[in-house]
Amino acid sequence: MAVQLADTAPARAHTPLMAHAFKDAFLAGLVALGLFGPLIGFETIVIDGALGLTYRPMTLAVMVGIIFVGRLILNLTVWSPNRRPRISTGPTVFDRMGTTVGPAVKPALLGLAIFFPLLAVLGLGGLSESRYLIDLGILILTYVMLGWGLNIVVGLAGLLDLGYVAFYAVGAYTYALLATSAPINDFFAGLLGETFWANWAFWICLPMAGLFAGVWGMILGFPVLRLRGDYLAIVTLAFGEIIRLVLINWVDFTGGGAGIASIPRATFFGIPFNASEDGFAALFGIPFDPMHRIIFLYFVILALAMLTAFVTVRLRKLPVGRAWEALREDEIACRSLGINTTNVKLSAFATGAMFGGFAGCFFAVRAGFVSPESFTFDISAMILAIVVLGGMGSQIGVAVAAAVMMGGMEMLRNLGFLTQVFGNDFDPSLYRMLLFGFAMVAIMVWKPRGLVSTRDPTIFLKERKAVSGDHVKEGHG
Amino acid sequence: MSDTLTTAPRSAGAPLAPTDATPMLAVRGVKTFYGNIMALKGVDVDVHRGEIVTLIGSNGAGKSTLMMTIFGQPRAREGQILYEGRDITQMPTHEIAHLKIAQSPEGRRIFPRMTVFENLQMGASVDGFAHFEQDLEKVFVLFPRLKERINQRGGTLSGGEQQMLAIGRALMSRPRLLMLDEPSLGLAPLIVKQIFDAIRELNRAEGLTVFLVEQNAFHALKLAHRGYVLVNGLVTLSGEGRELLERPEVRAAYLEGGKH
Repeated sequence: MAVQLADTAPARAHTPLMAHAFKDAFLAGLVALGLFGPLIGFETIVIDGALGLTYRPMTLAVMVGIIFVGRLILNLTVWSPNRRPRISTGPTVFDRMGTTVGPAVKPALLGLAIFFPLLAVLGLGGLSESRYLIDLGILILTYVMLGWGLNIVVGLAGLLDLGYVAFYAVGAYTYALLATSAPINDFFAGLLGETFWANWAFWICLPMAGLFAGVWGMILGFPVLRLRGDYLAIVTLAFGEIIRLVLINWVDFTGGGAGIASIPRATFFGIPFNASEDGFAALFGIPFDPMHRIIFLYFVILALAMLTAFVTVRLRKLPVGRAWEALREDEIACRSLGINTTNVKLSAFATGAMFGGFAGCFFAVRAGFVSPESFTFDISAMILAIVVLGGMGSQIGVAVAAAVMMGGMEMLRNLGFLTQVFGNDFDPSLYRMLLFGFAMVAIMVWKPRGLVSTRDPTIFLKERKAVSGDHVKEGHG
Repeated sequence: MSDTLTTAPRSAGAPLAPTDATPMLAVRGVKTFYGNIMALKGVDVDVHRGEIVTLIGSNGAGKSTLMMTIFGQPRAREGQILYEGRDITQMPTHEIAHLKIAQSPEGRRIFPRMTVFENLQMGASVDGFAHFEQDLEKVFVLFPRLKERINQRGGTLSGGEQQMLAIGRALMSRPRLLMLDEPSLGLAPLIVKQIFDAIRELNRAEGLTVFLVEQNAFHALKLAHRGYVLVNGLVTLSGEGRELLERPEVRAAYLEGGKH
């Protein structure tokens, strides 16, 4: 009986499939017509000071047509009853990237990152021509670093932090305020020479920026020790906003909304990048080019990002790193096993914040200008999106996600060709965020656990095995 | 309560009689509240060195609450909890764990995204990894299944394997007192037997003291030297395991499908 049913079902479904698909698409078109009719079909315009109506039948027809055809295609393909459901076929390309191909992929990516400026200069045939690409590389690496920093808090310790930008701001303002401070400059001018502070400020302030941000991480950590999930997210969100509002309103100290300008530039360990006799170019006997500084900055952020990755990988193998992960899994079990969850949480907040502070310091030295405008919630959201899309807890996934997101955002700026399709009134940059949103939804639909959902065990017996994320809750890589 | 059996010195037939007078763990008049609701209404329980003591009771009697109260979450509002004569009532949970009390909590609470190996490693953190290799080997002898699953995520184990992992993880800290909350919950009878055999073996071979909270009264009382019956936050009955097993009220309430 049951066998018979199974045999007849596809045969029965075959011919009416077309009819059904058309009927369904037609109905969807009808609904679209009903909805879009008033929304798109009519347009109010002002004629001689009074409102008048114009009709847009062509636009309406195109929209309804899109719905009809789209629905038809979906009915015949994705929603077709004859379509075999695809059964999970083991780890995907991205999963394998995390582990099995990992040994090859990671050095390859690192190599690419190291030789990227060289490739850019050679490929584009000149230092100044490659400026755009290297700037983009710096931007991506900044976000890779921020992603890795936040990954400690969100991915490893499982503490949802929506105010990560606050630590970025603390780092940036630490450098901006200290480097432009006249008393400090005068102090060192008397002691070690006029230009000492301008030349060394970045290298002295970099560890301090990390330290201050780490302290702020602890300050945030204390009141939220008992919070988790949504509640923690709200408080951290508020914390991010508070820092920004303080920066805007404490005009005497931070310069308010106008920000702080003419921050000393980065130097090659004390040697400034300028055309003077003591400058980098003169000392190394090469013609001066402003690109030297940009390329140097690229390597600085690369080194900082690598430091973040290295420290994270090392910490994961130490008791504190394992405790972070265990804390994410089950706080009560952690306590029962003798883990002081207070210390574990604070250390996660502080470590994550510290790397945010380093990145902030770098941001300030690169831009030479900071203002509260640069530290809005958008940045926190972007970094969090990178961590989630990359696969929480996965280093390589976060790096790939940062490259895709920031690179993709930049590429979407170049949508000029669309004006040829839609006419000159069309402004492609307006659609950047829309496309970006679609891309994020698409990733979450097809890779709900992030691009790399496997997790490297920190310890293993005999063989290292990728631990697939397919059997754990979605959103938990 | 009115019907408490004598906790007089053990009869000759009792296995492994406690040797000293001060109990290893003493719960004295503990009252625990959830908000305004009193979950434990003054509970007294003694666990002596080398014993298996079981606490039985129906759903909502407060068994797990007592277990968690001993570990300080939630805290007892009244009464005292003494461990080897030391008051641990107000001690932070993680410090209690450092006194070599290990717990396999209700619902197992293993770390699902971490591997079996990493789970066991977490158990050893109290001990500072001094005897990690030896203890690992011991857990594998007790539960060979865990060795097969060593690199697998905790969350992908079966219920019985997860229970073994929870007990194994607790053992990694070399506890002197092992507290188990419903190790038989949701497991097939054969697995329950395996786990109870393992508990008996730990007690017999190493003299490990075990405090076992169970709903499966028959198995628990057969295994335990002594038992307590908890009803609505009060100990109504206590005595030797086999003795309790014979009591008509225990049989009626816990062993014969609640018939009265």
